[in-house]
Amino acid sequence: MKKGLTGINLAALTFGFAFLYVPILILIFFSFNESRIVNVWGGFSLKWYGELFQNEDLLAAAWVSLVLATATSTLSVILGTIAGFVMARFTSFRGRTLFSGMVYAPLVMPEVITGLSLLLLFVAIEWSRGLGTMIIAHTSFCMSYVAVVVQSRLVSFDRSIEEAAQDLGATPLKTFFVITLPVIAPALVSGWLLSFTLSLDNVVISSFTSGPGWDTLPIKIFSAVKLGVKPEINALSTIMITIVAVGVIFASILQKRATVERQRAERMAAAAND
Amino acid sequence: MSAGNGHHDDRPPSAYLAGEVHSQLELLHRRLLGFPPYRWALVLAQRLGITGRGLVVAIPFTFLLFFFVVPFLIVLKISFSETAVAIPPYTDLIEVVDDGFEYFLNLKLNLGNYWTIFSEDTYVRAYLNSAKIAAISTLLCLGIGFPMAYAMARADEGVRPTLLMLVILPFWTSFLIRVYAWIVILKPEGGVLNGLLMYLGILGPDEPLHILNTEWAMYIGIVYSYLPFMVLPLYANLERMDMTLLEAAADLGCRPIKAFWVVTVPLAIPGIIAGCFLVFIPAVGEYVIPELLAGDNVRVIGRKLFTDFSSERNWPLAAAVSVVLLLILIVPIMLFQRQQARLQEAGQ
Repeated sequence: MKKGLTGINLAALTFGFAFLYVPILILIFFSFNESRIVNVWGGFSLKWYGELFQNEDLLAAAWVSLVLATATSTLSVILGTIAGFVMARFTSFRGRTLFSGMVYAPLVMPEVITGLSLLLLFVAIEWSRGLGTMIIAHTSFCMSYVAVVVQSRLVSFDRSIEEAAQDLGATPLKTFFVITLPVIAPALVSGWLLSFTLSLDNVVISSFTSGPGWDTLPIKIFSAVKLGVKPEINALSTIMITIVAVGVIFASILQKRATVERQRAERMAAAAND
Repeated sequence: MSAGNGHHDDRPPSAYLAGEVHSQLELLHRRLLGFPPYRWALVLAQRLGITGRGLVVAIPFTFLLFFFVVPFLIVLKISFSETAVAIPPYTDLIEVVDDGFEYFLNLKLNLGNYWTIFSEDTYVRAYLNSAKIAAISTLLCLGIGFPMAYAMARADEGVRPTLLMLVILPFWTSFLIRVYAWIVILKPEGGVLNGLLMYLGILGPDEPLHILNTEWAMYIGIVYSYLPFMVLPLYANLERMDMTLLEAAADLGCRPIKAFWVVTVPLAIPGIIAGCFLVFIPAVGEYVIPELLAGDNVRVIGRKLFTDFSSERNWPLAAAVSVVLLLILIVPIMLFQRQQARLQEAGQ
C-alpha cells in the first residue's frame, strides 16, 4: 500500500487548492491597485482602504453586523449546547425523531425558504422587524451547527467520568457544569466562532428579516456588488480575509499546543501509575 | 463547592469557575425558596411530572418548534390565500360573515397559487433547471472533492492537519466575497481571465469569453462555494478507513485500481452520500450565486421566489413556491436526517 503524496494525489491536491485559493489571492492583489479599472495594474496604492474608512454607510452596517453576530453566536451556543447534549445523552424520549429532524433540517434548508417562513411568522405575530428579529432568525439556523459540533464531541468522550461524579453524589446539573462543560469547552468555542462567521456572512435570511435602517454589511456588499466591481469592496474583502486567516491560524496553533500538553500530561500520569 | 481534602492542584482551573457558577445558582435557588410563587411553581412542576430532564429537552425543543416548524405552517396557510393590496399583502383564510340574519365563519382555500405554479411554463422550467444545475454541480463537486479528500487521507499524518486547515480556511472566509471574486475573474470586459487569455494571445483583443451571466458561471460559483462541504465528510470517512482491507485485497492479487473500485469506493459511500446531500439540497434553492453570477439568463427557483416576494409583492405565490420546493426537497432532507441519526448511533 502506497502512502504519502504520490503523483495523482499530489496533482489532485494542487489543482483543488489552486482552485480554492487563486480567486481569493486575485482579490487581495487588486485591492492594492491604484487604477479603478480592475484588470489594469496602475501601481501600488492604499487609496481604496482610505476610501473604505471614510464610508460612513459601510462602517455603520459593519457595526450592526458585529452586534448581530455576537448576540447570535452567544444565544446559539446556549441553545445549541443544550440541543447537542439532548441528542448525545437522551437516547429515547417522546418526540425524539421530530427533535433530531428539527436539529438537522436547518443545516441543509435552502435559505430562501427559512427566510420567507420566518418573515411570515414575524408579520403574523406583528413583531416589528429589526435587530431582534434578525438575531432570532440567525440563531434558528446557527444553533444547529453548534448542536452538531457539541454532539460529536460528547459522543466521543468517556462517560465514566460523569458517572463517577454522579456516584459521588453530584446532582446532574452540577455534574454538567463541573465535569461536562470543561471537557466540551473547545467545542463550544468552535461552535461560537462558526456561528459568528455564518451570521456575519448571511445575506438572504438577513434581508428577509431585517427592518428599515438595519442593513447589515453583507446586505450592503450584495447591493453594491450587483452593480459591478468596486475597488473598495476588494479592500474590504482583503481586511475580512486577513482577520479570518489570522484567527484560524492562531486557533490551530493553540489547539496544537493543547494537544501536545494533553499528551504530555497523559504520559506523566501513565509514568506515575507505574 | 467544598474544597474536599486539599488536593486541588490536580483539577483544571475551569472546574473552579464552573463550581462558582453552580454554587451561585444553588444560593439563588435557596434564596428564591423564601419567595412563595417560586415555591408554588416548583410544587406545580413536581405534581405535573415535569422533571429537570424534561425541562432540558423543552428549551431547545420549544425554540425550534416556534421558530422553525411553526413558520412553515404559516407559509402553508398563506400559500392558500390570495394576494391583496393591504398590509400584510394577502387575504385571510377565515372570514367572519355577519349579514344581520346569520353569523358564520367562512373558510376559503384558494388553490390559485398552486395552479399558477403547475400551469405556467416559467415555474416548471425554473424548478427543473434548479434541480439540473444542483445535480450537475454536485457531481462536479464530487469529481474534484473526492480526489482531494483521498489524497488528504493518504498524506503523512504530520501534514494532514495543515491540509485540513487549508480546506477549512476558505469555508471561514465570507461566502459573498468568494462569489464576488469570480465576478472580478469572469467579467467579459476587464475581467482577469479574459485579460490573461488576451495577454497570452489565446483570444483576440475584441472577442472576450462570455462566461459571466451564463450557466457556466453558476456551476463555477456553486462548486467553488460548496467544495469544502463535500471534502470534509469524505475526508472524515476515508481517514477512518481500515487500511488492512486494502492490504488483504493486494495479498489476494487485486490490482490497486481494482481495489480502489471494489474496496475503497463502497466503504466511502456514507461519506459520498453525506457530501452530496450537503451540496445538492442548499444548491437547489440558491439565490446569491445565480443573482450575482448568472444574471437574468438563467432561470432558477430561488431567484423566482425572491422576486415574487420582493418586487412583485405577491406573498401568497412566494409561499406556494416555497411549499412546492420543500415538497421536492423533503425526500432528500429526510434521507439526510436519517443518515445523520444513524451515524450518530454508530458513535461517530
